[in-house]
Amino acid sequence: MNFEDLKKFFFKKPKNALEGTDEAAPQEAPSTEAVIPEKLAEKCEKCGKIILSDEMRENCGVCPKCGYYKKLNARERIEICAEQFEELFGEETSENILDFPGYDEKLAALREKTGERDGAVCGRATIGGVECAVFSMDYRFMMGSMGHTVGEKITKTFEYATENRLPVVGFVLSGGARMQEGIVSLMQMAKTSAAVAKHSEAGLLYISVLTDPTTGGVSASFAFESDVIMAEKGALIGFAGPRVIEQTIRQKLPEGFQRAEFLQKKGFVDLIVERKEMKEKLASLLKIHCMEADA
Amino acid sequence: MNAYEIVMKSREKGRPTAMQYIEKIVEGFIELHGDRRFADDAAVIGGVGFIEGKPVTVIGIEKGTDTKAKIEHNFGCAHPEGYRKAMRLMKEAEKFHRPVLCLVDTSGAYCGIGAEERGQSEAIANSIMEMIRLRTPTLSIIIGEGGSGGALGLSAADEVWITETATYSVISPEGCASILWKDSGKVAQACESLKLTANDLLALRAVEKVLPELQFSDEFFVGLKAEIAQFFAQKRGVAPDRLIEERYERFRKF
Ligand SMILES: [Zn+2]
Repeated sequence: MNFEDLKKFFFKKPKNALEGTDEAAPQEAPSTEAVIPEKLAEKCEKCGKIILSDEMRENCGVCPKCGYYKKLNARERIEICAEQFEELFGEETSENILDFPGYDEKLAALREKTGERDGAVCGRATIGGVECAVFSMDYRFMMGSMGHTVGEKITKTFEYATENRLPVVGFVLSGGARMQEGIVSLMQMAKTSAAVAKHSEAGLLYISVLTDPTTGGVSASFAFESDVIMAEKGALIGFAGPRVIEQTIRQKLPEGFQRAEFLQKKGFVDLIVERKEMKEKLASLLKIHCMEADA
Repeated sequence: MNAYEIVMKSREKGRPTAMQYIEKIVEGFIELHGDRRFADDAAVIGGVGFIEGKPVTVIGIEKGTDTKAKIEHNFGCAHPEGYRKAMRLMKEAEKFHRPVLCLVDTSGAYCGIGAEERGQSEAIANSIMEMIRLRTPTLSIIIGEGGSGGALGLSAADEVWITETATYSVISPEGCASILWKDSGKVAQACESLKLTANDLLALRAVEKVLPELQFSDEFFVGLKAEIAQFFAQKRGVAPDRLIEERYERFRKF
């Protein structure tokens, strides 16, 4: 929810090529649009080098020059991890439930810009030959904040997986709850959690993949309710955003605080993966869990 | 009262805290401490006792009444161990088929280094997940501030009630005004827009009951105690499978 603030905070930080992916969103570099033919080449948001878009795509959105992890949208993420994908619940949508000022316009503009109805794409996929249900969250839609549509689609994904006895792989990316939906947004945390619990009680596997950023209400619900918690290298993961914490405790946070590596050290992340090995790791985990042990 | 005035009222000094509710409502309360993992978080108090002669587990978020107590209870901002303590006590209640009453009053879960290091997100997430599948009746009452995930961690109950000048919100109005509008002068507007008052919440079906406060007189507590006892009596005969199915539907509607 506070990702705009987070971004501002991180702008001030000295750059470090090996560090996370919290720099400016791509749409904030309009100056390059005129000189780079669209889709042929793009400018790395970290090192500023011009990279052929094909090369960037083949490299899963990792800058070949500096190793920077470009943010992937919901569909790009599924594409690099699944060999097959069939979208479900794509029609799901909701409007300005609380009549919150300015929210209609914001939703309309984002729908126009992204071609998505909201911040999550869900469906049935095959990863390494194993059938599963997936959900994937989209940074372009208010930094993956969870309102009714996102919560409903993710809940339906778990219900679908429970009914069809499928494992769930969830690509998590969220700044938190969507405050324009007030209490309805908060209730999505409970609704999704209940669906996760039911799926788990049915003896089914859920792997959450925490990507940059995973904070707020989403981190305090389905992100941390999985059997296996995988995190992408360098991802910011936490309950409160760093700026909020700094304001609360009135001191600077240590280097690397709330990064995936920090969380693993503290015991909250099972494994950290590089983007390029994500598919293979998911496939292996799915195989191990979904093969009958006594078969 | 407008929404802003209600928000101020929900935080007002002198408002009864969880411990005072327990003193008025619960007979023979025995406090049980600690999460058996790391520490005893004083922001969350919990224990066992009776309501109208029937055993009950009570868990509350305690803000403290005077300065010393406020510091001791960390102003009602729980650390992960607070949620883990609550979860432990809820599981204990489940084992002995005892209903659980939660009294919620927090501006939010604590934001700090230790809280993050010890997994604030994981603690709240699992508290919600455990509570929503608990095989014993549960009731949460928001008695002051219902601050976001920190409040929800103890509110995944069969029913959620709220006192008439308490609030329940996804974010504080101050946070909303500064993040969304970059304008701390718009707090009153945020109070209205977030629909966080008891009556708004009732209309949105986020709570089942709004409790008239009657200036928190003895009459209020006597009435509340009777209502809680009646609620648990109603739930006593319900099979656990049905309890959790009804709870699923309660949250599924959002
Ligand atoms: Zn680069």
